[in-house]
Order: sequence, then structure tokens, then C-alpha cells
Amino acid sequence: MKRSSKVPKPVARIPKHVEAVLSRRGFLQGAGMLVVGFAAPRAKAQGAAAGPYPDPDYRQLDSWIVIHQDNTATFYVGKTDCGQGTGTSFRQMMSDELDIAYDQTSLIMGSTDVTVDQGGSGGSDAIQVDGWPMRRVAAEARRVLLELASQRLGVPVNQLAVSNAVVSVKADPAKRVTYGELIGGQKFNVALTGNNIDNTSGVAKVKAVQDLKFVGQSIPRYDIPAKVDGSLQWAVDVKLPGMVHARNVKPPFAGAKLMSIDEASVNKLPGFVKVVNKGNYVAVVCEREEQAINASRALKCNWEKPATAPFPNSEDLFTFMRSAKPTSEGRPRVTGNVENAFAGAAKIVEADYDIPFQGHTCFAPAHALADPSNGQMTVYSNDMKSYGMRLGIARFLGVPKEQVRVVWMEGPQGYGRTAADDAGFEAAYLARELGRPVRVQWMRNEEQGWDTKGPALTCKLRGALDAQGNVVGYDFDSHWCDYNHVGYNEPDTVLIAQLMGIRRNPPNAGGGSVPDDMYAIPNRRMSSKVVSLPLVWETPIRTGNLRDPNGPQVTFAAESFTDELAVAANADPVEFRLKMLQGSTADDAQFKRARSIACVKACAEVFGWKPRTSPQKIGSGNILTGRGFAYSFRSQTVVAQAVEVEVNRKTGHVWAKRIAVAHDCGLVINPEAIKGTIQGGTLHALSRALYEEARFDTEKVLDTDWINHPSLTHMDAPEKIDIVLVNGDPNPNRPDLPHYGAGETVCKPLAAAIANAIFDATGVRLRRLPLRDGRVLAALKLAKVSS
Amino acid sequence: MSKITLKVNGASHTVDVEPSTPLLYILRNDLDLRGPRFGCGLGQCGACTVIINGVATRSCVTPVSAVKSEITTLEGLAKGGALHPVQEAWIELQVPQCGFCQNGQIMTAKALLDKTPNPTGAQIREGMARTLCRCMTYYRVQSAIQLAATKIAKSKRAKLEPSVAKAVMA
Repeated sequence: MKRSSKVPKPVARIPKHVEAVLSRRGFLQGAGMLVVGFAAPRAKAQGAAAGPYPDPDYRQLDSWIVIHQDNTATFYVGKTDCGQGTGTSFRQMMSDELDIAYDQTSLIMGSTDVTVDQGGSGGSDAIQVDGWPMRRVAAEARRVLLELASQRLGVPVNQLAVSNAVVSVKADPAKRVTYGELIGGQKFNVALTGNNIDNTSGVAKVKAVQDLKFVGQSIPRYDIPAKVDGSLQWAVDVKLPGMVHARNVKPPFAGAKLMSIDEASVNKLPGFVKVVNKGNYVAVVCEREEQAINASRALKCNWEKPATAPFPNSEDLFTFMRSAKPTSEGRPRVTGNVENAFAGAAKIVEADYDIPFQGHTCFAPAHALADPSNGQMTVYSNDMKSYGMRLGIARFLGVPKEQVRVVWMEGPQGYGRTAADDAGFEAAYLARELGRPVRVQWMRNEEQGWDTKGPALTCKLRGALDAQGNVVGYDFDSHWCDYNHVGYNEPDTVLIAQLMGIRRNPPNAGGGSVPDDMYAIPNRRMSSKVVSLPLVWETPIRTGNLRDPNGPQVTFAAESFTDELAVAANADPVEFRLKMLQGSTADDAQFKRARSIACVKACAEVFGWKPRTSPQKIGSGNILTGRGFAYSFRSQTVVAQAVEVEVNRKTGHVWAKRIAVAHDCGLVINPEAIKGTIQGGTLHALSRALYEEARFDTEKVLDTDWINHPSLTHMDAPEKIDIVLVNGDPNPNRPDLPHYGAGETVCKPLAAAIANAIFDATGVRLRRLPLRDGRVLAALKLAKVSS
Repeated sequence: MSKITLKVNGASHTVDVEPSTPLLYILRNDLDLRGPRFGCGLGQCGACTVIINGVATRSCVTPVSAVKSEITTLEGLAKGGALHPVQEAWIELQVPQCGFCQNGQIMTAKALLDKTPNPTGAQIREGMARTLCRCMTYYRVQSAIQLAATKIAKSKRAKLEPSVAKAVMA
């Protein structure tokens, strides 16, 4: 049916879950009879939104769980989801402990005024760390409900059974009462204990693994249907009456100083509202989005270059890093006597590895909408650390934190980028300047040019082998370009603050890391040093936490070098690793060594790994095939990956045809969700291994779109990804089997597995990422594998 | 500014905008659609994809004045309350991670399957090559396209042969 409509005037289009959030505050502050639900009337919701916004108290059960009169429950947790479906897993864990059907629950995440501060997301610790207080508070709610049922039904708790939120008398199941009848719409008013939020606990104990029903099931993620049918309201979609659009005007080169702005170049353009400028921060505000884009491109600014070059170009970077005086040095980790081991070695292997800066290069750029109504500041954002952003913005604006809240909504993932989110700060600043809601979104060239980067690494590895091919000495010496690492939503390191001339004093020291493995090597020294680029502030080469901040870099070097040692020992790469893992019996409290052995074996088995040395005899055709292996861990999560590659010797192109992953993260909450996370993370690592590098000349980032800065595409997808979820615990059925993290560990070993496979196929060792066609082809030509 | 009438998902809308305005901003900001999204503004990533005349079109680089035919967005794929088989396949295989790019993946896949109902693996790779995902869900996207092709073929056969319809229902 045809219908004609005029475009409606903008009205408040606040997401449904936010309406629930808004009415939620009335519940927490009120006497407790307010009905909380998704259908809360808008007028009530907006009344509740007026602020201020004190922190929910994590030591109150009501801050975590609400039971409704219809016998459903809503869980409130202080986490955000980066797209791995953690919300579904939280519901599974909490539903199990509460004894309520999964389908009778819903979950609200990460909005600072209604959910307790669990820090948002980061460190792949959602399930490993934050899952525990969630389980304990849900168990405590169950305990309290059983007490209430005992009073109501007049029988002791130990004579009651509970299933799907219905409590019944064991001896007479007709006598029953639902959770909703016991407490629906009312407060628990139960205090919890715990000196910090991770330790939050009630009196009740959590269940044994064997008693969990929803945990371990592949329950479909609740967030996916709305992402597939177009109904989800993302942070980019929020619209408010009177809102305007802003675009930044970035300096054209690092360290630029703004000399003048010609406002006349834009103030006659349609929809023009204002040019906002403080220090070197410049933004243009217009009524419509496309008007703001046009005006930001048209605005004429006069910038002065710094007296000296801000940094070396990216080809000279590693030479610069090796010769730069470190800004800090971690104390080396030393075991045994490394010098003696090398002095008595039968064979010594040495190699240098270089890993460039890699951008977060988020799929869509930074964005936020800030609303300054009622003398408060509400920021609608996809910031993964919404609590940190709230605190950072309050400090940046110089207002009490109770005046600021961040409403977390879904967004494009930059895997760490939104932990140092710039747009939220910009939107809040501009909204205060204009007294109207302001939406800010970066452009693609801005995001690629000025986003945070994972630190570059150059390192030297040395290995000493005895006459039997045992590794008796190991020396890892590394330089990380990470000085003034951008922290989590800090008011003195976010880009707008830097451009306004604000300086954290002293700057963040930054950091490096050393290889993560459980190899028994008797004499070992591992050290990391941090170096700085010449320009520290207002530079597009600023480091932040990119998906496992240091792991992919260091593991590329370490696990490539493990293969170099295996070659020197004339050993199969898997057997060589197993021998080093089995070389001692010492293990940590969570059996990481035993679980490492289990993962390496499981990966080799699913891949179909047959023992032999590398490289194999080089083939005669254009396509050379090879296989590679690597392993690492992050916190308690262990991963081994094996890859079969095809290398085109005419073009240098590398295709990872088949990948096998063995992954041990302890108790698995949702197998299908974790497999999706493993697939995505593995291919993200493949993209970083093959393509990604932030290239720059001596004053700016060079590649600011998807043509010049390539990303993995559909053409690169493997034909097959085999995943084994390993439970390598020595007592795999123990009732207290812990749940560890996922998301980042798979990003660590993959690049080394690829480089090891290229070596196996061609006999050529590549020690510098990324492995773009040109670099591989040049190496093949140098080795006369390609003519 | 000039008045431009657009037909989107079966309904007509008149907007008063600069004719050079990219279609994306009209769909998002004037018609309040959420499927097409900004990713790059350069036609390189696919986040803004809509279907016009059967062609997957990048709305971020399409001036609104150049649009002469009906526009279908992600919101317009479902018919009579039933999701399109491509969408069903996406949910069945739990394709998205963050999901922000999936508008581009789904709309490009839909246009691909309309032209090539039974694509080979190579045809899927090539047809999807310019549609980016930074959570790297490519592996599941490709499986979901194959599943969607099977679903579409089954429902077509079911329409032709009642006996097959029974089998499909079972």
C-alpha cells in the first residue's frame, strides 16, 4: 500500500532500553513499589532523567536484580559488550544461580547511573572476573527468596524445592509460590559485602558446575535479531529535539599550531551554527549532518608547522627505536645464569623482529551525542568503559561526577579504541558551549589518521642450544614505542584535551611485555624498555590499548623464534614445544602448564599434524603450501593455532587456507558464542598479520582510507576454521571449575603461525609485519624462491 | 534546497534538502532509518548499503537527486512480518559480532543471491569482496549466504510443488 508522508519533526527518540534505565532510577531512589519495566511511560521516564546521577550502590542486592510481578527478572550489570555476546552469557550464569528460566530474564548493561560500576569491558575479563559477583548476587537473591517462601508456605527452607522461579514444598508440590508473588516490584533491601565490586557477595554459595543448566548451552545471543532486522537503536541513532551536528577540523600535521581561522569561509553556508575553537581544537557546528561535513571541509585555517620533525618516517622507525634512549626500563626477568648458558652452548640462534604501529582502524568512526539539559550532562555513547568516560568528562568539564552520566549503547567495535574515546569528551564540551544537544562523529580520514595505535616493537632474541638440541639459554631484549600511552578516558590525555594544551605531568610511562609461554628453559632473561618518539603531545602516533595491547607483537616474535630454535634443533615444531612444556613438573595454581600441553596436543590433532622438520622441500609450481604452529596464553586462557598457507611465489600473496584453534578458557558458558568470538578474533589477528600498519611520513599518517590501508576481506577468509574447546584441567569435572576469559588470547599466536607456515612453504623467514604481498615477494626474490 | 520525493520500503516521502546531499543522511536523519549506517563516507566499506533496482548501492556516495527508483533498506527486507531467508540464516548461524557492518553484509548478500541464486564459494567471495567487517565475521557470513541460498531454493520449490511444501514444513 502506498502512503505519502511529510518528514516528521524531530521528537525525542530515546531507546527503549534507555527508557527502562530512566524509570529504573526512580526505583532505586524510591520506596520500592514502582513497577519497573520496558513499557514505562515516557513522561515518567523523562522526569526521572533530570539528575543528578549518584552511583548505584554495589553492596545492595537491589542494584543488581529486580524481580517483577509477572515472575520475570531484570539483571543490571556494569559491563558493556564489544560484540562477543557477553550479555547472553551473563544472563545464563545469573539465571542458573537464581533458578529462573533464561527466557524469563532480561539484562541492562553499562549505563552509569543505573548499573553498578564494574568498569565496562576490557582485558577479556568479563566472564573471568565480573561473572563471579554476578553469580554470587544471583545466588543470594535465590537464598532470600527461599527465606520469604519459607515464611509464606510455613515450612523450613530445606523442605522447599525451586525451579523456574517457582518455589514449592517438596512433600506437597501443590503448595507453591512464585518469585513474582513473593517480591514482584518490591525491593529486597538486602545488604551485600565486599571491599570492592569484584568481591561483592551475599551469604549464599554459588552452585556446583554440575548443577548449572543454562551454562554450557549454546543459547542464541539475544542481541542478534535486532542487529539483523534493523530495529536496534545504536548510539549513532539517538536523536533529541534541538540537536545539532558537529565535525572536527583536525590539524593537517602533527604538532601543528593554529595561527588563525577564517570564519567567513563558512559562516554563510547553509545551516551554519558556530565555529568552536580553543587552543588547537577546532570544530564546526551546523543544523544538519551533511552541512557540518561540508563546512568542516570548507573552513580555512592557517596552521604553523613545528620547528623539528615530529617523528621519523615509518620505514626508519625501528632504527630510531633501537638507538633511542629508553624513557623507562622494566626490571629484567631472569632465571638461572644466561651468560654461562650461552658460553657453553653447542649452537646459538639470533634474530631481530620488528612489528609496526597498528591502528585500531575501527569499522566506523568515533561518535557520541551529549545533552546538557537540566544543568546535567547525559552522553549517549558506545564507550566500552562508560564509567571511566563519565568520570573523565566530569573532570574535563570541572563538574561533580553526579552531574554526568553515560548511557551505553551498542556501536562499531574498535577493540580498545573506545577505552580512550575522544568523541564523548568533544560532544560534552560542545554541548556545554552551545547549550544544545550536540552529536559529534569523526570522518574516516580522521579516524584512520588520529585514532590510537598499538605500540610498535623491535626486539632481539637469542637462543642457546646444547648438543642434544635442548634450549638451555634464552635472551629476549625489547624496545616498545609506547611513551605517553593514552589511558582510559583520561581528562588530560584524550585528544581534545591535548589539542587544548592540557598536559598530563608526567606523561604516562607506557609499557612493554615479554613472551608468555610455559616452556621449561633453565636460563632465561627477558627485558623490555620503553622509548618515545620526538613529539609526545598532539600527535596522531599516540598509543592506546589495541586488542591485547602488547600480546600479538611479542608473540609474533617469540613464537616465530621458537620455530627458529626448532629448526636449529632439527625437530618437529610441535614436538619441540611439547618437549619444552613437559620439561618440568612445576605448574601454577590453575594448571596453566598442563592446560598448555593439552591445547598444543588438541590443536595438532584437529589439524592432522604429522611430525617432520621445517621447511619442507620447496614445490615447483606457483603455489607453495606450508604449515605453521604457535601457542601462547593470556591470563589463564591458553590458545594453540595451526595454519595451512598457500604462498603465491609470483605475487607474494599469502592465503591462510585452513586454521585450527585449540582454546582452553576453563568452564565454557556458551560454546557457539565463544566459537564466534574465536573465529572473529583469529581473523582479526590474520588481518593484522597480513595487512595492517599505520604508515607515516615525518609529519602525518599516510593511509587514511580502506584502499590505502588494507584490511582483511572476504577474499582472505579461510576455507575452513576448526575449533576445539579444550578443558585441560587435571580434574576436568571438578565442581568449582573456573571460567576464564576469551576474546584476546586468540589474537596472540596467529601471526607467528602464519610466518612459520610461510617458512615451511618457502624456506624464507619473515621477521617484520605486516606480510603484505610486496614484502613477501621481495623476500622470496632475495632468497631466489621467486625470479 | 529543493523538494525531492523518495520511495522507500513501499512508502513515499518528500524531503526538502540540497540535491547533492548523500542519500545516507536523508535515510538516517530525515526518515529515521537505522539499517544504513556511516562507515567511511567513501563507498569503500559497505555499511551504508541499500538496494536500488536490484543493485546493492552505497548510499554514502549517492546524491539524493540521482535516485530515480524505489529504495529498499534493511528494514524493508522482511515481508508480512516474516524475515527474509538471508536474515533467518544470519540469526541461525549467529553471524554478527558487534553487528555494525552487518547491514552491508546482509544487503550485499541479498542482491548477490537475487542475481546468482546458487553461488559457488568463489562467487560469494568475489561478490562480497568490497564489503568489510572489522570483527572479521567473514567465515560465518559466507556460510550464512550458502544457507540462505538453500532456504530460498527450498521455498521456491515449495511454492511449485505442494508435496515439497509439506516436507519443508516437517
